[in-house]
Amino acid sequence: MKFGIIVFPGTWSERDCYYALKNVLRQEVDYIWHKEADLSHYDCLILPGGFSYGDYLRPGAIARFSPVMTSLEAFASQGKLVIGICNGFQILCESGLLPGALLRNDHLEYRCQWVYLKAENNQSPFTIQCQNGQVLKIPISHYEGRYYADSATLAELEANKRVIFRYCTPAGEVTDAANPNGSLHNIAGITNKRGNVLGMMPHPERACEAILGSSDGNIIWESIIASIQRNT
Amino acid sequence: MYLARVYVTLKPTVNDPQGLTIKGALCNLGFTSVEDVRAGKYFELHLAETDFAKVEQQVTEMCCKLLANPVIENYRFEIEEVKV
Repeated sequence: MKFGIIVFPGTWSERDCYYALKNVLRQEVDYIWHKEADLSHYDCLILPGGFSYGDYLRPGAIARFSPVMTSLEAFASQGKLVIGICNGFQILCESGLLPGALLRNDHLEYRCQWVYLKAENNQSPFTIQCQNGQVLKIPISHYEGRYYADSATLAELEANKRVIFRYCTPAGEVTDAANPNGSLHNIAGITNKRGNVLGMMPHPERACEAILGSSDGNIIWESIIASIQRNT
Repeated sequence: MYLARVYVTLKPTVNDPQGLTIKGALCNLGFTSVEDVRAGKYFELHLAETDFAKVEQQVTEMCCKLLANPVIENYRFEIEEVKV
C-alpha cells in the first residue's frame, strides 16, 4: 500500500502528512511534484494544505490546472481514494471534483485552533474506523474555509450522506458557536457522489500524536488503510 | 490591440463579510447613506489581437475557466480597442 502526497509551489503541509503516514502509521509514502503525470503506483493520493500559487486569484484556482490534476481526475474516476486537506479541499472544489466553494471566514480572521468534528457517516472509506457520531479533536488553520453551496447542492449532499464531518461542540452538538468560519450546515468535510474523494478543512495530519494535543487524526488515516485493505 | 476590463462580483446569494465590514467603516466615517457594499475583483487584460469577435470569445472563455468561479461569482467585461 502506497500513499502519494502531491506538492505544488506554495504547499506547506506535505511534511506533516509525510510524518504522520511514515513515522506514526508506518506506511509507504512518496512526495509527488505537481508536474508528474504517472500516479499508477499509488493507492491513495493526498492534496495537502498550504498556499498553492500564493492563493492568488482564489485559493486552488491556479493549482487545479497543474499537470498532475488531469492524472488525479483519472485516478479518482477509477474509484481510488483521494483526500484533500485545507488548500487541497479548495483545489478539489475549484476543479469541480467536489461541489461548492470555500470562501473567506465570516469573521474575516485567519483561525489556527483546535476544533471538534462530528463524524456524520461512518460508512465512508475515510471514517469506517469511527463510531457513528464520534467526535474528533483536530485543528484548523485557514482564512478561507467557509463552505458554501447553493441550496439544491446542500440538499443533495445531506440526502446522500455526503457530509462526512461537521463542526460541533466537544459533546458533539452541532451549534453556531461551534462553527469556526460560518460554513453552511457547519460543514467541515464532504465527499463526491461516489464517496472516494474527500475534502476537509481541518488537518488530521496535525493531530497524529498525543504530545501534539490529539491523535484523533489517525482514525481517518486508519480508516483509509482499512478500506484499501478490504478492497485488495 | 485590445483592452478588456473584467469585473468579477459575488453572486447575490453569497454572503460578503468583506463588503459588510467596508460598509460599516464607511458609515463610521459619516457616509450614512451607504446601504450596501459588495466587494469584487477588477482585471485589465491587454490582448495582442486584431479581431473584436475573437477578443470577446477569448475573454468569455478566460472568465469561465479561470477569472471567475461560477459557483460563487458572476462576471462582466468591456472591450476597447487601443492604439499601439
